[in-house]
Amino acid sequence: MKPAPFDYLRVHSIDEAIAALAEHDDAVILAGGQSLVPMLNFRLASPGLLIDINRISDLARIGVTPDGLTLGALVRWHELESSTVVARHNPLLQYAVRHIAHYQIRNRGTVGGSSAHADPAAEFPAVALACDAIFSLRSARGTRTVTAADFFRGALETALEPGEMLVAIQFPAWPVRRGWGFEEFARRAGDFALAGAIVLLDYDADGVCADASLVSFGAGDRALRLTRAEECLRGIRLTVGALTEAARIAAEDCEPKSDMHAPAEYRSALLETLMLRALNAAAAPDRRTVA
Amino acid sequence: MRLSAQTRAAAIGLARERVEDLRFLKGRGHYIDDVILDGMLHGVVLRSPVAHARIKSIDTSAVLAMPGVKAVFTARDLGETVLIPLRAASLPGYERSFLQPPFAVDKVRYVGEPVAFVVADTPYRAEDALERIEVDYEPLPAVTDWASANRDSVLHDHAGTNVASSYRVTRGDPSVVAGADYVRSERLRCHRHSGVPLETRGLVAQWDAAQQRLRVWGAAKVAFANRRILAGMIGLPETAIDLIEVDIGGGFGVRGEFYPEDFIVPFAARALERPVKWIEDRREHLMATNHAREVDCELQIACRADGTILALSGSIFVDLGAYVRTNGSMAPSNTAAFLPGPYRIPHFACDVNVFTSNKTPIGSFRGPGRFEANFFRERMIDIAARDLGIDPVEMRRRNLLTAQEMPYDPGALIPNSATSPYDSGDYALALSGVIAASEWDRLHALSGRIVDGWHHGVGVACFVESGGAGPRECTRLRLADDGTIDLYTGCSTLGQGHETSFAQICADALGIAPEAVRVFHGSTTDLAEGFGTYGGRAAVMGGSAILDAARAFIEQARPLAVGLFGSPNEELVWRDGAFFSADGMRQTNLAELAGAARMNGRVLDVEGAFNNTKLTYSYGANVAHVAVDIKTGRVKVLGYWAVEDVGRMINPLIVHGQMIGGIVQGLGGTFFDEFIYDEDGQLLNASLADYLLPTASDFPSINCISLEHARSTTNPLGVKAAGEGGIVAVAATVANAVSAALAPLGVGINTLPITPVRIWRAAQESMTTTATSGSQGN
Amino acid sequence: MTSITVQVNGRAESHDVEPRLTFADFLRHTLRLTGTHVGCEHGVCGACTVLVDGKAVRSCLMFAVQADGCEVVTVEGLAPDGELSPLQQAFRRHHALQCGFCTPGMLITAQALIDSEPDLTEERVRDVLSGNICRCTGYVPIVAAVLDAAASGDRKR
Ligand SMILES: Cc1cc2nc3c(=O)[nH]c(=O)nc-3n(C[C@H](O)[C@H](O)[C@H](O)COP(=O)(O)OP(=O)(O)OC[C@H]3O[C@@H](n4cnc5c(N)ncnc54)[C@H](O)[C@@H]3O)c2cc1C
Ligand code: FES
Ligand code: FES
Repeated sequence: MKPAPFDYLRVHSIDEAIAALAEHDDAVILAGGQSLVPMLNFRLASPGLLIDINRISDLARIGVTPDGLTLGALVRWHELESSTVVARHNPLLQYAVRHIAHYQIRNRGTVGGSSAHADPAAEFPAVALACDAIFSLRSARGTRTVTAADFFRGALETALEPGEMLVAIQFPAWPVRRGWGFEEFARRAGDFALAGAIVLLDYDADGVCADASLVSFGAGDRALRLTRAEECLRGIRLTVGALTEAARIAAEDCEPKSDMHAPAEYRSALLETLMLRALNAAAAPDRRTVA
Repeated sequence: MRLSAQTRAAAIGLARERVEDLRFLKGRGHYIDDVILDGMLHGVVLRSPVAHARIKSIDTSAVLAMPGVKAVFTARDLGETVLIPLRAASLPGYERSFLQPPFAVDKVRYVGEPVAFVVADTPYRAEDALERIEVDYEPLPAVTDWASANRDSVLHDHAGTNVASSYRVTRGDPSVVAGADYVRSERLRCHRHSGVPLETRGLVAQWDAAQQRLRVWGAAKVAFANRRILAGMIGLPETAIDLIEVDIGGGFGVRGEFYPEDFIVPFAARALERPVKWIEDRREHLMATNHAREVDCELQIACRADGTILALSGSIFVDLGAYVRTNGSMAPSNTAAFLPGPYRIPHFACDVNVFTSNKTPIGSFRGPGRFEANFFRERMIDIAARDLGIDPVEMRRRNLLTAQEMPYDPGALIPNSATSPYDSGDYALALSGVIAASEWDRLHALSGRIVDGWHHGVGVACFVESGGAGPRECTRLRLADDGTIDLYTGCSTLGQGHETSFAQICADALGIAPEAVRVFHGSTTDLAEGFGTYGGRAAVMGGSAILDAARAFIEQARPLAVGLFGSPNEELVWRDGAFFSADGMRQTNLAELAGAARMNGRVLDVEGAFNNTKLTYSYGANVAHVAVDIKTGRVKVLGYWAVEDVGRMINPLIVHGQMIGGIVQGLGGTFFDEFIYDEDGQLLNASLADYLLPTASDFPSINCISLEHARSTTNPLGVKAAGEGGIVAVAATVANAVSAALAPLGVGINTLPITPVRIWRAAQESMTTTATSGSQGN
Repeated sequence: MTSITVQVNGRAESHDVEPRLTFADFLRHTLRLTGTHVGCEHGVCGACTVLVDGKAVRSCLMFAVQADGCEVVTVEGLAPDGELSPLQQAFRRHHALQCGFCTPGMLITAQALIDSEPDLTEERVRDVLSGNICRCTGYVPIVAAVLDAAASGDRKR
């Protein structure tokens, strides 16, 4: 299980990286390597050139502005896990990251790598989708931004074009009256989930649900916003009945797949259970960020 | 020799910290991939990507021109077909020959079967070359299970059938269920999984052309047997081959059998006259190293209303995989033989059916046949107890063999093997022990109840576990110049700590400190004869051989001592590692004896052996407390308790460690580990990301008690096998606990592994069917 | 071939390496520091865990070229010659190893944990060690050893 030969280039700036990407059409970016290197070792991928971005210090920053939280593509899981800034500005993100893989992998894996890899069961893309995060992409042709909804196209498929790299992900500011829930089900700690559910509930001053964001992941070929279910929560005072109904609709819409780990019908039932639990958590008073 | 009491405190029974730990903790272990020889080349195996196909052609022409590539071998290079023989006792039908050649000849029969071997200067370049070998396969229908639609597609054309073996074993007359108030039949299934040691297999072979000598590093388990097999296949005398054991990263029964690579690597080294190393990668391991445990079962139990079991009968259907491997008879025959277990079941019968399929061949994995049989039987007992309204513990107590019934002859249940009576034990004692330790009554009150959405259940299972019999095992003791002892054993060590425990045995046998004994193991270079380590035989056989060697050692040392004392008529007494004069006033110790030997131009070097055809039987009982979330199918094991009587512990630290390790491995086998094949015979989960092994966060609460109640009567140490008792009753216990939790839903677990999907589906079905009563299958 | 210099257990090691050489293979075969083990080469088993710039990482998921300029500690560097660190002693006391194959990865991971987190609970230890597979011990003695070593005041290696 040894990789096929490749060339290696270590870059120190984003410009250097995108210049190299533009020049070599069989180049890929090496970030944390926690998804790419297993694929290389299995010879499931054999790129001509690895562009190692690990020493681009500009890419490793966590920034906070009134507009929200900005993560450089090279921010690693362990930084999110322990950051007090993240705890304050996006508690969901921090909570979710703790479910990713294992200690050693969290020391290396990056938000950019996870996003670009786009595993259907990955937590980070699902959180980004729930939070309406914005992805900044750079290439020799310039910079563009796409929403999370547009960025993730399918299993291991994203909006990244040849020659393009992901440089940052911006999470909009966390509203004052927001409840959140995160539930996933994996066979063992650290495994990719068989299914997961994320819920954000934003309330107005009267305690009416002003906005809802419901996401499933792991069930289908990518994380999905469950808009029909969201719709039935908007503008109402939340009741047990409404939450139950939302979970049911969410399960109907989660486009579950069958694979060796679980059949589709289990995944959709699981998603309904997880979604209801996430909804209940989000609706519980202690999960509202600010009282 | 006059007997005299040893004054030194016994080393046997001490929880002595392990000797081998010192090197392992400092990163100084020496495992097979750490072996580096001058001029060494690296080989990789090209494996079949298809389950069943005719090989139309193999084109290796592109490969030899590649950088670093030295050679490529296929079946054609071996000349006439050689086959890997069966090592263990045969089964009826196996004479039709389902044996495996080192390289596939004409046909491939499972995904992962070796087709070619490329040797290059680095493993990286050897793998580069693999991609350039062209093999033209003509696909054939894959047989993926014994009942499959493709069962007409025959794997071994010369045999003309996929039925490798079929026979019946009986005791009493199971057709007579007269007096039975209750009869019930069930189908049960244990799934395909395996030992998966953390270190994959590997070998280094070197051919010394000048001396016409073949050296092979990486031996494990049964070095002497493998040497005999290799000698026969490669056409060398046994004495021209050394199989050398290095440190081993776990075996669990699967490592150290003779595999295709055990021929291929030495063959390549000899052909190239260069050392060749082969290290299995994890993907290969999962498709090439023995699988285990896949067996279906139809079982009928007949009882009196009071729970007395009258008869157990049925059939087992074993999926052997593509070939009969070296111990390919063990799992089927042991599954049948262990079905009656520790109970007094007067009438018993089992039809054993063994089928070939286009999957990786199976072999022994820790507790072969027992894990499966205990699961089948203990489920049946729980089902019967529930139907009869009898407490499951009480039902077992009523049927367990008693101490007065020992030794107990279970009958001739294994073809071509002598019967071996259960040696000793008080089976109810172990059951009472685990009932007390787990506070069963408290848990039982919770069983079947829902707390915070979790369905609680508690389950119990009993087992008897054989171990430790022939062939003959040998030990050599050699007195070093400084008066310490070098102990060479034919047993290999795969993590069991023999360097520590064997020193303890020898220390007591000679009356010296264990620190004064250095243990060398498992290599054919150290001893003329030996056998190996499996089935819990090392302490029993290897340990008893030490006693014999120690006796011989003292007798050989005596003339030297007589010389030193200078008084031929004096009666010398051996005590505490020294000879004493009769009055106890003068003594000569081992260092002086070594000096005397040196002066005489001799070395004190003796061999001892132990031969035993009778098995030891350890026994025990386990309890599990689980909580089940039927919405997700999650099972939490809240507590696991095990009691096992091993007769006598050489080193309690090690015995305890074996037990806990076995239990967690068994929990993995119950919940996670599973080889998943599709209908084309493709192995879908050949990575550790998809083949799930238990991790540190899965099973936090494991409690073990080892008893030293009933010593074995088959060996002078009185020990019984201790390596397998941990694992063998785990699926049985957990399945009973989960079934107890779900009993109010009418759900029982008769199929392994216990996955979330399986639980969810069973719960789902029970809630949608109105007639839930008695629905047990899932 | 790329030339790299890595500080391994306090020693500067300079070598020319092929880009595709994994860091695990570099440590094991180029430097012959065979204490670091390889159990899967795809990031699951944790046997290959080493400290790179103080962080426990999988050396099978890095290339040697990436370690250029880094400081690395392997199991061979956990204690001075001839001695066992408190953690290693605790492993021995608790019989936290059988075949010893997982042990280097366990020790490195646990040491990183002990060094960076003061108040360890059993749950935290189990969670962190869930990235290291042991097939022999059932983990119970490993967890006990780590908690024991963490609790004994002398946490320095
Ligand atoms: C055993 C194991 C368990 C795991 N479990 C989980 C889990 O439960 N949940 C989970 O989410 N993940 C899991 N992972 C994956 C882990 O989180 C990875 O770290 C992550 O998916 C990829 O991040 P990386 O930085 O390692 O990316 P890399 O492996 O370096 O790269 C992944 C892909 O992204 C591309 N890429 C990387 N950075 C960029 C960029 N800036 N711009 C464009 N393309 C880029 C690469 O070219 C490559 O194609 C697991 C991994 C392992 C080995
Ligand atoms: S060898 Fe690196 S994680 Fe298994
Ligand atoms: S001690 Fe063998 S794998 Fe852990």
